[in-house]
Amino acid sequence: MSTAYTRDEMMTVAAARQLKDGDVCFVGIGKPSAACVLASMIHAPGLVLIYESGTVGTRPRVLPLSIGDGELAETADVVVPLPEIFTHYLQGGRIDVGFLGAAQIDRFGNLNTTVVGPYEKPVTRLPGAGGAPEIITHARDIFVIMHQSKRGFVDALDFRTSAGHLGGGGERRRKGYPGKGPSVVVTDIGLLRPDPDSDELVLVALFEGRTAEEAQAATGWPLRVADKLEVIAAPTDEELSALRSLMARTDAAHKAPIRIKLKQVQG
Amino acid sequence: MPAFLSLADAIGRHVEDGMCVALEGFTHLIPFAAGHEIIRQGRKRLHLVRMTPDLIYDQMIGMGVADRLTFSWGGNPGVGSLHRLRDATERGWPNELAIFEHSHGEMAAAFAAGAAGLPHGLMKGPMDTDLPQHQEGRVASVVCPFTGQPLKAVRAVNPDVTILHAQKADRRGNVLIEGISGAVRDAAFAARAVLVTVEEIVDDLAAPMNALVLPHFVVTAISHVPGGAYPSYAQGCYGRDNSFYVGWDAVARERETFLAWMQEHCISKPDHRAHLESLGVLA
Repeated sequence: MSTAYTRDEMMTVAAARQLKDGDVCFVGIGKPSAACVLASMIHAPGLVLIYESGTVGTRPRVLPLSIGDGELAETADVVVPLPEIFTHYLQGGRIDVGFLGAAQIDRFGNLNTTVVGPYEKPVTRLPGAGGAPEIITHARDIFVIMHQSKRGFVDALDFRTSAGHLGGGGERRRKGYPGKGPSVVVTDIGLLRPDPDSDELVLVALFEGRTAEEAQAATGWPLRVADKLEVIAAPTDEELSALRSLMARTDAAHKAPIRIKLKQVQG
Repeated sequence: MPAFLSLADAIGRHVEDGMCVALEGFTHLIPFAAGHEIIRQGRKRLHLVRMTPDLIYDQMIGMGVADRLTFSWGGNPGVGSLHRLRDATERGWPNELAIFEHSHGEMAAAFAAGAAGLPHGLMKGPMDTDLPQHQEGRVASVVCPFTGQPLKAVRAVNPDVTILHAQKADRRGNVLIEGISGAVRDAAFAARAVLVTVEEIVDDLAAPMNALVLPHFVVTAISHVPGGAYPSYAQGCYGRDNSFYVGWDAVARERETFLAWMQEHCISKPDHRAHLESLGVLA
C-alpha cells in the first residue's frame, strides 16, 4: 500500500517516467521542469537538461521559478548565448525531446499559448510563443503536459501557436518537419498518444482510480479510447519523497529574502 | 570611449520620445533601474523591444511610456500574466499598444541580423502557425538559392538604443557580463547607442579569455547603479527576488494598486537607491 498522493503529483511522476536516461531534453518552465528535474533525480541521472535561457546540462537542486534563475546557470555544464540555443542546438538537430505545456491543445496536438478569442481583440491575452514553435518543429520528439479540461482540450484552437500534427493523417511528415511532433500528452487523468495513421490523440492509459468517461467529459472533442487501456502504477515511495523534498526545497528557496549589498566605485 | 554618466543623464541625453528602445537581459540582468528612470523622466510613445517583457515592461507600459511593443513571450515567469500588458492589449489602458509578436527563435534571429548589419535573419522551418498572419512586413518566406529549400526570413531589429545591466565595467568602459546572457550581445551590437548600468566599476575586469565582454567602442554610456537589476538579479552579486515576482501579481492586477505602488516606490523616489530603500531590500 503506497502513500496517499495528489493528482498533480501523479501527473508529474507520470511525466517524469516518460524521460529516458541520456536524453537531451529541452525543458519548458513549470510542470515540464518539475518532471524533468524529478526524472534526473531518480531513474535518469544522465538526462541532459537544456533551458532556453542558454543553460546546457544544468542540474538544479531546486526548481526555477523563471526559465533563467541563477540556479540554472550555477549548476550548468555551460551557459551559452540564447540565440545559439535556437540555432546550434535546436535548429542544428541536437535535441532529443522537447517538453512543453500549453493553454489549449486540439485533437492533433497543435498548441495555443497566444490568445483566447480573436487575436486583435482577445478575451484573454496569453504570454505568447516563447520558444515553443521552434522546439516543436525541431526536437526529435515532443512530450506535452497539461491539466485535462474542456477549456484546454478544445475542438478548435483559438490560435495555433505551435504546430503539432497539423490536420492529421501524416500531414506533418509530408511537410518535412525535422521532428516527429507530440508523441504523448500527460494529463491529470492519464496519457494520450496520437493514432499512428490519423495522428488523432487517443486515450491510452489511465491513472489508478480515474476513468475513461472522466477523460471524455474533460475533452472538447469526442475523445477516442484505446481498446486496451493501460493502468499507470501509483507513484512509488521513492518518487513521492523525491518530488516532495524537491518541492519543499523549491518553496523555501523562492521565499528566501533577497538582500543587496551595494558596491562602491573602486579607489 | 563611453561617457561615464549618472543614470538620469544617460537616459536624459540618449532616450527620446518615439524612439525604438530595447532593455534586454533574459530573466537575468534586467535593467530595472534604467526602466524606472525612463518612467520618471516621462518618456512617451516609445517602441519597446524585449524578448520577455517581464515586470519592467509591465511597469513601463502601465505608466504609459510606450505605444508599440515587439516581444516573444509576455508573462510573469512561473507566476502568470503581466496584468498591465494585458490591460493595454485587451482594453487599451492607459493607451493603445500596438504589438509586434514573434517567437523566441525569430527574435534571436532578428537581433543577430541587426548586429551583423544584415537586413534579415534566416530560419529553417517549417512552422505552420497562425503567427505569420500578424507579422506583415516582418516575416517572409524565401528560397535558398543553393538548395531550393524554403526558409523563413525575419527582418532585422535595430533599436535606436539598447539598455543593459552588467556586473562590471572597467575605467576604459569595457563591460563584463557573466551568467545567463540571453540576447544581450546581439541586442547591443544591433543598436545605434548602448547604455549600460553596472554593479561595479573596477580597474581591471579580470575577464576570462572567452568571456562575454562588450568592448568600450560599442558602448555609449556607463552608469554606476549597484542593485540596478533588482528584482531581477546579477549573478555573483544578488539573487532573483522570486517572492517579489510572485507578489507583483497582486500589485499589478488592479490599476489603482499598480499606480499607487509606482507612485510610492518609483515616481516619488529620486533614484534607484531610494527605490531599493523603500522596498527594504538593502543589506
